[in-house]
Amino acid sequence: MKASIPVIEGNTTEAIQRFLKILLESDLVDALMVPMRTPAGTVTPALVSDPQLLAAADPLAPVLPVNGATLAGKLSVREPRAKVGVLLRACEMRALVELTKMQQASLESLLLISIDCPGTYSVPEFQRRSSGDTSAQLWQELIETATHNPDQPISALRQACQICEQPVYDGAQIRIELFGSDHQQHLSLKLSDDLAAALGDGLESQPAGEEDRQAIVQKLVKARTDLREVEFAKIRQRLGDEGGAEGIGAQVETLTGVFAACIRCHNCMTVCPICYCKTCVFKSEVFDHDPMQFINWAQQKGAYRLPADSMLFHMTRLNHMGLSCVGCGMCTEACPAELPVGMVFRAIGQRLQQTFDYAPGRSVDEPLPLITFKADEWSEVVE
Amino acid sequence: MTTEPSFEPKIIAFLCNWCTYTGADLAGTSRLQYPPNVRIIRLMCSGAVDPIYVLKADLAGADGILIGGCHPGDCHYQEGNYKARRRVVAMKEILKNAGFDEERVWLRWISASEGQRFADTVSEMTAAIKEMGPNPLKKEWAV
Repeated sequence: MKASIPVIEGNTTEAIQRFLKILLESDLVDALMVPMRTPAGTVTPALVSDPQLLAAADPLAPVLPVNGATLAGKLSVREPRAKVGVLLRACEMRALVELTKMQQASLESLLLISIDCPGTYSVPEFQRRSSGDTSAQLWQELIETATHNPDQPISALRQACQICEQPVYDGAQIRIELFGSDHQQHLSLKLSDDLAAALGDGLESQPAGEEDRQAIVQKLVKARTDLREVEFAKIRQRLGDEGGAEGIGAQVETLTGVFAACIRCHNCMTVCPICYCKTCVFKSEVFDHDPMQFINWAQQKGAYRLPADSMLFHMTRLNHMGLSCVGCGMCTEACPAELPVGMVFRAIGQRLQQTFDYAPGRSVDEPLPLITFKADEWSEVVE
Repeated sequence: MTTEPSFEPKIIAFLCNWCTYTGADLAGTSRLQYPPNVRIIRLMCSGAVDPIYVLKADLAGADGILIGGCHPGDCHYQEGNYKARRRVVAMKEILKNAGFDEERVWLRWISASEGQRFADTVSEMTAAIKEMGPNPLKKEWAV
């Protein structure tokens, strides 16, 4: 059902805090993981057990310091576990679905609260723009742009967000709806009747407006998809993909060229919500080559790029997690060489996902393509 | 006057213990002739071929990579070859989209009794790779 929380004096953040407080004071959850404003003024996810501290909750802050799916996984993966509500954006939700399929998270003990996402800034950009106690103005500007000028995104937004065609998530038990809602007056919520009943008197029935929402989201998705295709065409041209658009004028470099400045710091892997292996093979002894091995390689080719195996690292990661890439862009944020890691992984990931008719995050019931098979398929690959 | 030295491809083969490796063994004990361009690495199952092995060989400059497994339905571990097939499909898609030659990677089903088929496959692959020319990555130091 649809419900709402009254917004007082246009303070939407405060209405969300009030709703979260109702939720935390109910029997539904033992704790809530939500973005919180620290005393230092930064925004970080925190696991909150004291309802009073929710006065620092700032879910509208347009910043994604980490993909919260990893954190939700840590809060749910093993018994014993408590009932935790997790407030996440759509890309985090999709990553959480993937992690669940990889048995790195459990949805059983989690109450999923999704929030519409107009986009996020990088952490330093957010810090530069952020002032005061909440992020209301920053958020207001983003939601206005997404609603009225979806094809002209604010250029300082993270690129992953500018091309994100999945800004809303349908699979959560509670959805905080910001697109198409009169968020100065009411905070719109979508939740099951059971949940609404359990939350009691704090909720009001929802005024109409669903059509507005759908139209706005559709327009935004269309604009973002168009922009995405332009960016994909550019990167595909650089990668030397035949499907890349012509006339863009980008040089064909292949992945070797595009990632030439990689220093193999593993940051992209560390922040990737999908890369969950405790010990990645690239951090294992397998890659502690003997000194003479390097000399041999150098003598074979005349010179040998160091740090070694950076291309192997990216190609292997593409194979290991490309099918589950949700496009959150954390890898791009983490790259000290400012490589377009996320764009490459999304562009190649999309081809890969289309090949297997797979959409990461779509459903926990949809098996990961590489752990399932049909007896009768792909016979042309073998002959 | 110098002549261009003839190109002899290096092919790395990852063969499953139960079918293709045994098939290769049969080719040998049957004294079947096939090009000496293939270097065989035995694994327990084609499903045990992590993409990283194939990619390492490719990026290091191997001219061809052959993955050999049991025919569908014959896998010693029931379904390893089916999973190998999906991994190869994914790997070729990634190689292609990253600007590399996915045609250098071959997957073939060859049973323990198919010594002739193994010899024929190596001959066919050697000829095809000769046609393609050397792996350009062999000479690239900045990979």
